[in-house]
Amino acid sequence: MIHISKRVSMPKWQGWLIRLAAVGIALLVNAALIYALTKLNPIRVYITMFQGAFGTQRRIWNTLADTAMLLCIGVGLAPAFKMKFWNIGAEGQILVGGLASAACMIYFKSIPSGILLLIMFILSGLAGGIWGAIPAVSKVKLNTNETLFTLMMNYIAIQLTSYFVALWENPKGSNCVNIINPDTNIGWFPAVFGRQYLLNVVIVMIMVVLMYLYLKRTKHGYEIAVVGASKSTARYAAIDVNKVTIRTVSLSGAICGIAGFIAVAGQSHTISTNTAGGKGFIAIIVAWLSKFNTFVMILVSLLLVFLDKGAREIASKFNINDHMSKMIMGIILFFILGSEFFINYKINSVKSEKKEVK
Amino acid sequence: MGNEIAVKMTDITKTFGEVYANRDVCLDIHKGEILSLLGENGSGKTTLMNILSGIYFPDHGSIEVNGEPVVIRSPKDAFDLHIGMIHQHFKLIDVFTAAENVLLGMKDKLKNVKAGIIDICTKYGFVMDPDKKIYDMSVSEKQTLEIIKVLYRGADILILDEPTAVLTPQETEKLFKILRAMRADGKSIVIITHKLHEVLSISDRVAVLRKGEYIGSVKTGETDAQSLSNMMVGRSVSLNIERLEVKNRVERLRVEGLSVHDHMGVLRVDNVSFTAYGGEILGIAGITGSGQKELLEAIAGLEDADKNSSIIYIDPNTGEEEQLCGKNPQQIREMGVGFAFVPEDRLGMGLVASMDIPDNMLIRSYLKGKSGFVDMKISEELASKVVEELGVVTPDLRTEVGKLSGGNVQKVLVGREIASNPSLLMTAYAVRGLDINTSMAIYHLLNEQKKRGTAVIYVGEDLDVLLGLCDRIMVLCAGRISGIVDGRTATKEQIGLMMTSIGGDQE
Repeated sequence: MIHISKRVSMPKWQGWLIRLAAVGIALLVNAALIYALTKLNPIRVYITMFQGAFGTQRRIWNTLADTAMLLCIGVGLAPAFKMKFWNIGAEGQILVGGLASAACMIYFKSIPSGILLLIMFILSGLAGGIWGAIPAVSKVKLNTNETLFTLMMNYIAIQLTSYFVALWENPKGSNCVNIINPDTNIGWFPAVFGRQYLLNVVIVMIMVVLMYLYLKRTKHGYEIAVVGASKSTARYAAIDVNKVTIRTVSLSGAICGIAGFIAVAGQSHTISTNTAGGKGFIAIIVAWLSKFNTFVMILVSLLLVFLDKGAREIASKFNINDHMSKMIMGIILFFILGSEFFINYKINSVKSEKKEVK
Repeated sequence: MGNEIAVKMTDITKTFGEVYANRDVCLDIHKGEILSLLGENGSGKTTLMNILSGIYFPDHGSIEVNGEPVVIRSPKDAFDLHIGMIHQHFKLIDVFTAAENVLLGMKDKLKNVKAGIIDICTKYGFVMDPDKKIYDMSVSEKQTLEIIKVLYRGADILILDEPTAVLTPQETEKLFKILRAMRADGKSIVIITHKLHEVLSISDRVAVLRKGEYIGSVKTGETDAQSLSNMMVGRSVSLNIERLEVKNRVERLRVEGLSVHDHMGVLRVDNVSFTAYGGEILGIAGITGSGQKELLEAIAGLEDADKNSSIIYIDPNTGEEEQLCGKNPQQIREMGVGFAFVPEDRLGMGLVASMDIPDNMLIRSYLKGKSGFVDMKISEELASKVVEELGVVTPDLRTEVGKLSGGNVQKVLVGREIASNPSLLMTAYAVRGLDINTSMAIYHLLNEQKKRGTAVIYVGEDLDVLLGLCDRIMVLCAGRISGIVDGRTATKEQIGLMMTSIGGDQE
């Protein structure tokens, strides 16, 4: 008979060992599946995956930039989720942030680039913050459901983006905005040490550190933790729950807005309804898998981006369809999530010493 | 009573993680007897009975019912063996009627259930309307329904987990009468409890557990409270609560005409006026839900008081009078009111279960210091001080509070609250669910505070304790003050009557 019981505690390294083992087993299962379904050599497939993400300098930097993007959104979601405010409106917050940045790039061409970037940073954060604050205020004042509200805000943001795309349309009739300022590079992230995406990575890494400290060490972070754990304890502790809710969700939205800024000014240099492209939802997985620890988020977002890039690469290289790569990704995530069970619980086989009589 | 054995549990062992909840426990339940299962908190009483009712599965050990070896894997298995358990926390669905709740999980017709309920009621002397919704029921009605539920499923062996914890003395007596009627009908009844006087008044036999191990069983007629408590604790404990003489009584809190409506608009506290004095312990007695919770929360600023209510706090240093009514907790904190509050809901309000001990210490002090960062040093020092001085049993300081046992959770909470050197200390059910040793430690801490000149408000449920500890006892009945009596001269019967009718007059 099998007997499952909760673990009292487990050394950290052991937990990581289990997670690593889970990835290993996932790769084995995938290998078997790949071979069974496509007769391809699994090792070649894995090598191709790796090459897809890290094969060339260019690919490495693309992977890093995408990771930074996902990480930034994850960092943004962390405070709201830690407070148990289910902000699934990151998509919308990214878009309005991106819109603010794009507007600056289009209308403020005369401002020096350095100052312009600062203005874009602030305005994007503000736009995302307001987009986050609206459902927060509504929750506090009218007790609305934040899950629905933030989700609906996404669609408003998408429609808003469509409107501006039509307004800024270039070239005329294309119904999209081409690269903004392709010649002058106004409002673009400058290349640092000759690396186009280095600034993206640096900005996000700074946010990772700051958010970690904010959540773990500051009074605000403590308030977020208490409100998230129990509202009545928060009231008992004389914490102004409403104030903390609005403040925290605004911050969350602002960081997602800044992610929009990075996407527009640092990566795509354009805006479309696909600027967020579902990353606001994938970042929810990032935030949860890392239990809101921003340093763990680095690993998780890198893994997700790697899987995505690798999957695309094998799809195009071996001419197998998209579903295969999605399966590989799904199986790996399944094993990683499943490994948490073995970290929290232990399984003993119970010797049935006596015959069981029914 | 027959000596035929209904249930025989042999060498039952159950572990949770590293902890033995039961270790090689052997227990016999006879037919047609009321057996008390006595033990301190964490002695494994409830675990043992959960095993019998199919909620837990033992690590090893065997169970025989009516001489047949059985394996009980689920509550359904238990019901098939005619074993039913009435849990401490009722398992009823609020929006369903009595009959619908009984029907749950059974393949039966509602009509039959209703008729069945009425049959059971007439047989044992219950009163129950099958169409009444759970949310309209009092606590004792819900308990009655839980009993009917297991009887309807044909239980011959009934297990009641601390059934009297939520009842008034009068309701308890009524329950006991019903239990006796069921015994006369040949049913076996197990009562889990740690109230000694109840054990003595109701049961035929007492089985004692201590730290998960079976200590022994005795016939109730051949024992007394002192020897039972010795068996329970393992050594002789003094059951006498210390009561210090009141010195330097000064007015600390003056409540006048306080009324509180809850968020559903129900009047919970009705025109209550009293004064709490520094250097005195004021007890508050009453049936659970008579307004105790709302009263304390109104004083703490957590619940809005009605207009015209007045709560005056008199500062012990300046003698200044300050109105607390209409202030929220933030404002009360800013006013520098030195009050401490041990709420009834320890892990839901007083502490954060998922945080460790130092982080829980921060609940009162996280704002200290000018910088935006939390001062972790203060909280760690306070945490180790509380752990050391109150003897909190914990693997280490960084253990989540929710993983500690009930008594240790309460020590952490009380320790934090008195660490602020309060001038007013409010406690709600401070010893609920705690064993005798821990309870005594808490009484001692309250007495220490009284000696310091703190005004202590002690909301309690055990009348023996209220009468032993408090200088004055205010009795609440349905949100109103039924009377305020002297703790040194009042009797249990007097307070019991006051709890059920204003002024204690018998209607």
